[in-house]
Amino acid sequence: MIEVKNITKTYGAGDTAFQALKGISFDIQDGEFVAIMGPSGSGKSTLMHILGCLDTPTSGTYKLDNKDVSKMDDEELADIRKDKIGFVFQAFNLLPRTTVLRNVMLPLIYAGVDADEREARAEKSLLAAGMTEAHFAHKSNELSGGQIQRVAIARALVNDPSLILADEPTGNLDTKTGEIVLGTFQKLNEEHGRTIILITHEPDVAEHAQRIIHIRDGEILSDKKHPQRKARHHAQ
Amino acid sequence: MNINDTIQETYVALSANKVRSSLTILGIVIGISSVIALVSIGQGATKSIQTSIQSIGSNLLVITPGAQRSPGGFGVSSGRGNAKTLTADDATAIASVANVSAVASEVAGRYQVTAQGTNTNTTVTGVSENYPAVRNVQIADGRFVNDSDSNSLTKVAVLGPTTVSDLIPDGTEPVGQTVRINGIQFKIVGVTVAKGGSGFTNADDAIYIPLKAAQRFLSGNNYVTTIDVQAASADATTQVLNDATQLLLDRHHITDPTAADFSILNQADILASASTITTTLTYLLGAIAGISLLVGGIGIMNMMLTTVTERTREIGLRKAIGARRSDISRQFLIEAIALTVIGGIIGIALGGAISLGVNATGLLTTSISLSSIAMAFGVSAGIGIVFGWYPARRAASMNPIEALRYE
Repeated sequence: MIEVKNITKTYGAGDTAFQALKGISFDIQDGEFVAIMGPSGSGKSTLMHILGCLDTPTSGTYKLDNKDVSKMDDEELADIRKDKIGFVFQAFNLLPRTTVLRNVMLPLIYAGVDADEREARAEKSLLAAGMTEAHFAHKSNELSGGQIQRVAIARALVNDPSLILADEPTGNLDTKTGEIVLGTFQKLNEEHGRTIILITHEPDVAEHAQRIIHIRDGEILSDKKHPQRKARHHAQ
Repeated sequence: MNINDTIQETYVALSANKVRSSLTILGIVIGISSVIALVSIGQGATKSIQTSIQSIGSNLLVITPGAQRSPGGFGVSSGRGNAKTLTADDATAIASVANVSAVASEVAGRYQVTAQGTNTNTTVTGVSENYPAVRNVQIADGRFVNDSDSNSLTKVAVLGPTTVSDLIPDGTEPVGQTVRINGIQFKIVGVTVAKGGSGFTNADDAIYIPLKAAQRFLSGNNYVTTIDVQAASADATTQVLNDATQLLLDRHHITDPTAADFSILNQADILASASTITTTLTYLLGAIAGISLLVGGIGIMNMMLTTVTERTREIGLRKAIGARRSDISRQFLIEAIALTVIGGIIGIALGGAISLGVNATGLLTTSISLSSIAMAFGVSAGIGIVFGWYPARRAASMNPIEALRYE
């Protein structure tokens, strides 16, 4: 459950101050699949950083699971990210020269989960993200772009987060591979009830979500349900 | 993060850039190994100088004739040992000073010595019976000269091992052979045990003959060139020195101590000043080696700063998935410490090998102390902490958003 109330974000001060977000409010229920759309410079990256607890708003409140995280310091935010948020980035998702399994286990290592349990959980989320056991011992640089994104999804899942945040997850992929990756998100949402926020500038990508929030110039342009969601790509 | 995870992460990170890691380690290896090797050489030199000073005897005072300073300051001072002011009677008198355990007189000079077609130029010392006890000379074969030889002016000689090999053909028993010293025939009655070179003189290249024979046949007068006094204990040397000085001043009718016609060297003083010199030398060598260790440490810092910059996105990713500042700083600090500790271990081994190599050349006996190994190891780990701290802090304080955006 996410409650965003009248969030603003201002960079700089005085004459050079720039307001990236000008009062954004919305709620996202558990189990929703929301796309946040907007052109570059619209403030969607800033919003993503705040939703992902990488940054705090200048004013307004952000409640994640009824906890106000908008005034937390760096170390508290790090703990929130560790426990409640899973990230999938556009690029550089995995540690180089490190096995798939270890990459997925990384959040659990920081969370202090013991070796046996974290391996079991990493394997489970890799399978849920559509990876096969044959890939577990591969190094991250031996994978294709689509595989890398699915390993990143598995890592985002592994700490059982309240929210999965995907920032342009298909930006570096061809259309077909991108569809497979988006299908994976859809499956996690439909079958496992995962809450997913997808940040994108491509309408095609946003089509996979149940709800689309349009942002422009730091304000919400529209916030609509999207019932005729795009069919899930069943690659595997 | 537990120890296993930390080791694994460190291994992956360091092996990612093997050449760079190895070169950085090499800097530490050179620093640590030069500290170990040079300090061991310095300590070995200290030890060998001390041993050779102690090999001339223990608790020893050496009295030589010669003015310490001429009255009025205008007189010509003759070289110490050349003046003729000490006699065997002085030695006898000193023997009665409290806490003196033995006194020996010497008349030394360099003479041409020949035997069966070979010849050499060596130090011939006329000595009294106490000489071996006072100057720590041991007999390998035969016997030493004694006072009855001296009183009867018997022409007998004891040779040092170097002199034996110079004069007597290999395989011939030296005792019973004869040598000619300054043209006068002496019968060999003994050979001393090899002592090795001691500083500027070689105690093995020597011939000992009875004191009175030396005075009669070689020097032609009744003076002695050295009186060796052995004090009963190390604590008593100062008292013996003072008493012997006063006694000789009285015997020579000198009232002003600065006008004394003899000088007394205290072995303990020689030992102490030699120790001071060699210890300073050891510190100096260690300090020079320490500079290369410092340079190695800066190499570590340089590499870690490069690594932190290169891995900015990795740091951003780790922070995004929940790593705290302490997780990041620990990771980079441990990488730096791993580099220096690996370098330290290799450096200790290499330094030890160099030290053993120097030992094997026979020029110097080196000694590696456990404390210098422990210190080198501690210093290398410390360098990792000191020079790894700043890069680690820089990594830990990165803003995750900027780190993720970094190209």
